[in-house]
Amino acid sequence: MKAPPFDLVAPASVDDAVRVLAEGADRPGGAAVLAGGQSLLLDLHHRRVRPALVVDLRRLPGLEAVEVTPAEVRIGALVRHRAFEHPALVPGALGRVLPVVAEHVAHPPVRELGTFCGSLAWAHPTAEWSLLAVALGARLHVRSPAGPRTVAADDWFTGRHRTSRGAADLLTGVSLPLPPPGAGAGFLEHRRTAASFAAAAVLVVLEVEDGAVRACRVGLAGAGERPVRARAAEAALQGAPATAATFAEAGRVAAGEDADPRPEPHGSPAHRRQVLSVLVRRALTAALADTTTEQEEAA
Amino acid sequence: MKVSLRVNGRERTVDVEPRRHLGDALREDLGLTGTHLACEQGVCGSCTVALDGRAVRSCLVLAVSCEGRDVRTVEDLAPGEGAEGLSPLQRAFSAEHALQCGFCTPGFLVLAQTALDEDPSVVDDPERLRRLLTSNLCRCTGYEPIRRAVLRAAGRDPDTGRAPDEG
Repeated sequence: MKAPPFDLVAPASVDDAVRVLAEGADRPGGAAVLAGGQSLLLDLHHRRVRPALVVDLRRLPGLEAVEVTPAEVRIGALVRHRAFEHPALVPGALGRVLPVVAEHVAHPPVRELGTFCGSLAWAHPTAEWSLLAVALGARLHVRSPAGPRTVAADDWFTGRHRTSRGAADLLTGVSLPLPPPGAGAGFLEHRRTAASFAAAAVLVVLEVEDGAVRACRVGLAGAGERPVRARAAEAALQGAPATAATFAEAGRVAAGEDADPRPEPHGSPAHRRQVLSVLVRRALTAALADTTTEQEEAA
Repeated sequence: MKVSLRVNGRERTVDVEPRRHLGDALREDLGLTGTHLACEQGVCGSCTVALDGRAVRSCLVLAVSCEGRDVRTVEDLAPGEGAEGLSPLQRAFSAEHALQCGFCTPGFLVLAQTALDEDPSVVDDPERLRRLLTSNLCRCTGYEPIRRAVLRAAGRDPDTGRAPDEG
């Protein structure tokens, strides 16, 4: 199908963008934000959205940068998926896992244009970047006519393709906290075919001291309508020996207590729990191996 | 809205509705029907063109977003006329029977050519080449002849993946 008709503006400043977005939000069908367009054009062609106005961000200055500070990585709204394929972009465990995650996002031609923040705004329930944002505890930077504000990733995603973004809100960037030195990260994904969206995915950040888990973050996608932290599994891991048996148990806890999968055409809840259980175990194993990588790099 | 862009090396201006995508503008306004449209939802890759030298889905780019940008389509690949004038990649597709019905071929050609232009060593990592080629759909060949054609175009032996001087 072809897209329904809409007006298009390409403002030259964030202030202008916020203003026209607010004006467009009051029109029938509302206003849509165009960054990379890789999900907006899909929705337009399906006519799932019929905005009166599309606000094209391509002229906005300063949104194409990735800034790395000792504490976090700040990603502007026009940073493409492709940027994260380069292993030297970010230091430490996050820098090692980002290219692994990026390879799972769509295909190379879509990664050329699609943006990290666009993915967060689209909020596909198994999107890799959404999972990463929730697992790490990212903070999203939002501009609206009322001024700037920051939203925790956990408060951003409210459901399947649903976020707490208001109609006049513009997502200008996101900050990912850097895991502490010595941490390891692991990412695993299950999909039905190479061309499918993920059915389930797991991202883990692990810190180990004297053979025991000192701290961990376990994020699950495909465990419900939105990505979640596996809090029960994290509690089970805390202080436990970093062994295969612990990781297998954490997988069972995550799948049994943290996950709340919905029936899908290609996966019953029982199947999804089984997949998540295996992914959590493998992601923990990969994260443990990754902590060793860090020690070798430091040596 | 009027949009000026460079298409296959020529400055062109088209007058398009904002809702029309680049693939539409290329085919209907500029008569460049080599770019094929099939799914128009970013899945199949038939409509792949090079935008500022990078392969993108032309169905997922608004024509009005292409102001001032450089677009190369499959029509730009052959340096000459007829079978003799085909590019090395096009000749390799022919030699390896990398097309049957040919519908997906323009997209695969642009996808592979932009990847080879950016980094010819993409063919030396089988996994990287495989991931690149999963970008587009082909329902005839089973992909293997396409993989071989890209290796051949890069000067590798399609059977071994090695350059001739590696023995």
